[in-house]
Amino acid sequence: MTSTADAPVATERGVAVEFRELRRSYGNTHALDGLSLALRPGELLALLGPSGCGKTTALRLLAGFDTPTSGEVLIGGRDVTGVPAAKRDTGMVFQAYSLFPTMTAAENVAFGLRMRKVGPAERKRRADELLQVVGLGERGGSYPHEMSGGQQQRVALARALAVSPSVLLLDEPLSALDARVRVQLRDEIRRVQLAEGITTLFVTHDQSEALAVADRVAVLNAGKLEQVGTPQEVYAHPATPFVAEFVGTTNHVPVADGRITPGGETRQVRPEGLAVGVPDGLAATVLTSTFLGPVTRLVLTTEVGELVVDATSRPGLPAIGDPTRSPWPRSDSRTQIQRLAGNGLRPPRESLE
Amino acid sequence: MSELLEAPAAPPDRVRPTRSWGAALGLLPFVGYLVVFLGGPLFFVISGALSTPEGQPTLDNLVASVTSPQYQAAFVSSLVLSAVTALVGAVFGAFLAQAVLTGRRDGPLQRIVSTASGVLAYFGGVPLAFAFIAALGQTGLATAFLRGVGVDLYGLGFRIDSLTGLGLTYVYFQVPLMVILITPALEGLLPQWREAAENLGASAWAYWRHVALPVLAPAFGGATLVLFGNAFAAYATALALTSGSIPLLPTAIASALSGNVLANQQNVGLALGFDMVVVIAVVMVGYLVLQRRAARWSAR
Amino acid sequence: MRGRRWRVVVLVLAAVYFLVPLLSAAEFSLRTPGGGYGVGNYLAIVTDEVLFTSLLTSLQIAVFTAVLVLVLVVPTAVWVRLRFPSVAGLLESATILPIVVPPVVMAAGIAFVQANLGGPVFRALFASSATALTPFYVVLALPFAYRAVDNGLAAIPLRTLVEAARNLGSSLASALLRVVLPAIRSAVLGAAFLTLALVLGEIVIARILLYTDTFPIAVVEVGRSAAGVSVALSLASLVFTWVLLLLVSFAGGRRSRKASS
Repeated sequence: MTSTADAPVATERGVAVEFRELRRSYGNTHALDGLSLALRPGELLALLGPSGCGKTTALRLLAGFDTPTSGEVLIGGRDVTGVPAAKRDTGMVFQAYSLFPTMTAAENVAFGLRMRKVGPAERKRRADELLQVVGLGERGGSYPHEMSGGQQQRVALARALAVSPSVLLLDEPLSALDARVRVQLRDEIRRVQLAEGITTLFVTHDQSEALAVADRVAVLNAGKLEQVGTPQEVYAHPATPFVAEFVGTTNHVPVADGRITPGGETRQVRPEGLAVGVPDGLAATVLTSTFLGPVTRLVLTTEVGELVVDATSRPGLPAIGDPTRSPWPRSDSRTQIQRLAGNGLRPPRESLE
Repeated sequence: MSELLEAPAAPPDRVRPTRSWGAALGLLPFVGYLVVFLGGPLFFVISGALSTPEGQPTLDNLVASVTSPQYQAAFVSSLVLSAVTALVGAVFGAFLAQAVLTGRRDGPLQRIVSTASGVLAYFGGVPLAFAFIAALGQTGLATAFLRGVGVDLYGLGFRIDSLTGLGLTYVYFQVPLMVILITPALEGLLPQWREAAENLGASAWAYWRHVALPVLAPAFGGATLVLFGNAFAAYATALALTSGSIPLLPTAIASALSGNVLANQQNVGLALGFDMVVVIAVVMVGYLVLQRRAARWSAR
Repeated sequence: MRGRRWRVVVLVLAAVYFLVPLLSAAEFSLRTPGGGYGVGNYLAIVTDEVLFTSLLTSLQIAVFTAVLVLVLVVPTAVWVRLRFPSVAGLLESATILPIVVPPVVMAAGIAFVQANLGGPVFRALFASSATALTPFYVVLALPFAYRAVDNGLAAIPLRTLVEAARNLGSSLASALLRVVLPAIRSAVLGAAFLTLALVLGEIVIARILLYTDTFPIAVVEVGRSAAGVSVALSLASLVFTWVLLLLVSFAGGRRSRKASS
């Protein structure tokens, strides 16, 4: 599903988008503190960060719902900073409840075309076409209150795409949905986005969502860009301690001679980079065990602190309270996070004991 | 009336019938109170309207109440006054509510307007009439001020005790009532609707025309009906301002009730009350229909 | 920014329309027989014994009415929100009825009962203005009181509060009294003061039923001989209830802000 190409193929539709030194302050708080970021034509860039990090502000500045304190927003090389929202040619999908309640699904989708004075016949054709695209070809006559949350968001996506905008803006479009529908719609959005080849900014606080659909992920914290890169890069080579902590789960492990050794050099290792039941490892006790399907997540107490291990689910895994032989870093470096050069990573968390 | 008050059967899904009957029982004090103390008087009005002073059933009172030219005139002016002040009050009240809502949330302006609305919606009768006479009467302050700047209201034919003057006074309690009734609906307009419309290329006007007004229409219509009923019911203000020189239904009822000219008058007064109840019933049915529609569209 | 202008126009228009009559009345009420200005008219409330007694009578009615209104409205509104949300719309419509049913028609029906029905119950009911008027003022007060309380309930996590209290072993009644009521105290006070506004202004039912000892009727009566006193006292009662409501509003606002930060 996820494209692994470093530079996605630019399509005819795709348009470059750029934030230049964008600042937005509310009194003394800086929602955005000098954000510079470029979206390549046709790529899906996920803007990831905790709530209040400024990601929604960036999106609203791009949509034109807010004006920057300083800096510029460029769409297709054109400075649109002073252009009102109605003239920006972006298509936006909101968190939830954004469909116009008095209009049917088809009327919602056709709304943008109506505002652009497109004739009724063409409007209907295009609305039907887009409802097909999002898999709701039969529901054109339904009102929003007759549809599920997931269906409403599909209609919202169709509505945003109907005007053939140059940029698609997704503001946490999945956050109000059930887990199951969320994954489904997430893949659906990616499929449609690739088919349309439209440059897309996807704002989310959910790292798994961002890693799953994006060509590139930009991690934002406290109004500043921490890192931008492919999901693989961000996951395996976090540029800052914040990224390491925010994206995925991280163990801080002292390692010497390829083994966990107290007092060794601190390495960051993902949970799937550690193993349990290794015969000559350190002693550990299982604190919690969480079955996640294909893997089981174990939290172990060891003399080097708590460690999180994802083990392949299988019979015979140690249960809560069981002693086990210590975790062992897999030699396979893919799951180990590259050590950050010359900075003070946070020490491992204190053991509970 | 009492049908309107009865609790409906259990909601079809989720709740088991036994529990729902228990739930309905919880409404009994409230509904029972309304039935006794509002339904009771209405019952006696209706039964009195349909009987002679001796208690025999008759339709004569009702016939008299709708055929007498005097009462017909009262009917017409009551309807016109109520309709016009309901519309004016509704439109201006909606604008005022929106103007207040677009200000700072829970700011002083919002607090002042919302509390003042509660008090002024009950403001009526002699004090209100007097305030308007003090402002816009022959020797009123506003009249004098306007004369000073070259507008002679009374030269232009204005009278505070005319239907126009009465309407102007009624708006004083209609607008606050509208603010109270319409504010929840205005608050129900989700900000993302405006943003979505804007994002799709709609101007501010197009947003109101295609999105917000259709959403508000049922609530606005329902509130306007309540305002109509409110004006239709008002009595003390009209009496105080015009001393009965303008025939209105409530004043006609009051004078028929206290009248001792003709033997039958009491029951004719009740028949007029019955007529009013019929109008109110029509208003309430319209209100319920609109309310149901409004509920369907509310997002959450 | 574009929308600012219409807003200013509407607010200015409203301020003029609502303030001019009040200020004109205030100016009138401050006139003295000699031709100057003074507060003499306002002092009548303490010097005129009839007015003062009538005020006490009306305050008594207001207290009775407010208590009865709250006893009816608070449990019902809580009940509807917790157990019977499907009737919320219908109940709200029912509370509209007292706005649209003409008081004069209500009064006509009551007068019929008063004149034609005997028996100890009715004799007790119509024995004094307090007992006769309170039940019907409750009906008139319901619409706004219900709205005020329901808005208050909408602003708190009602279900969680009640369930938490019941989970800790309190009965539904004590959960209402000890947990819910304090949480909506500003809404409850608001409803009570709206009731006060009603009682200090209602004259239609009182007059038709011939209970002439209430404050609003006494104020109208005194107006026949001393218009200034009448205007002064109506204005004073209006401003008094408004200030009470405003105080509740600001106090409530401060509390909730403190709680949320």
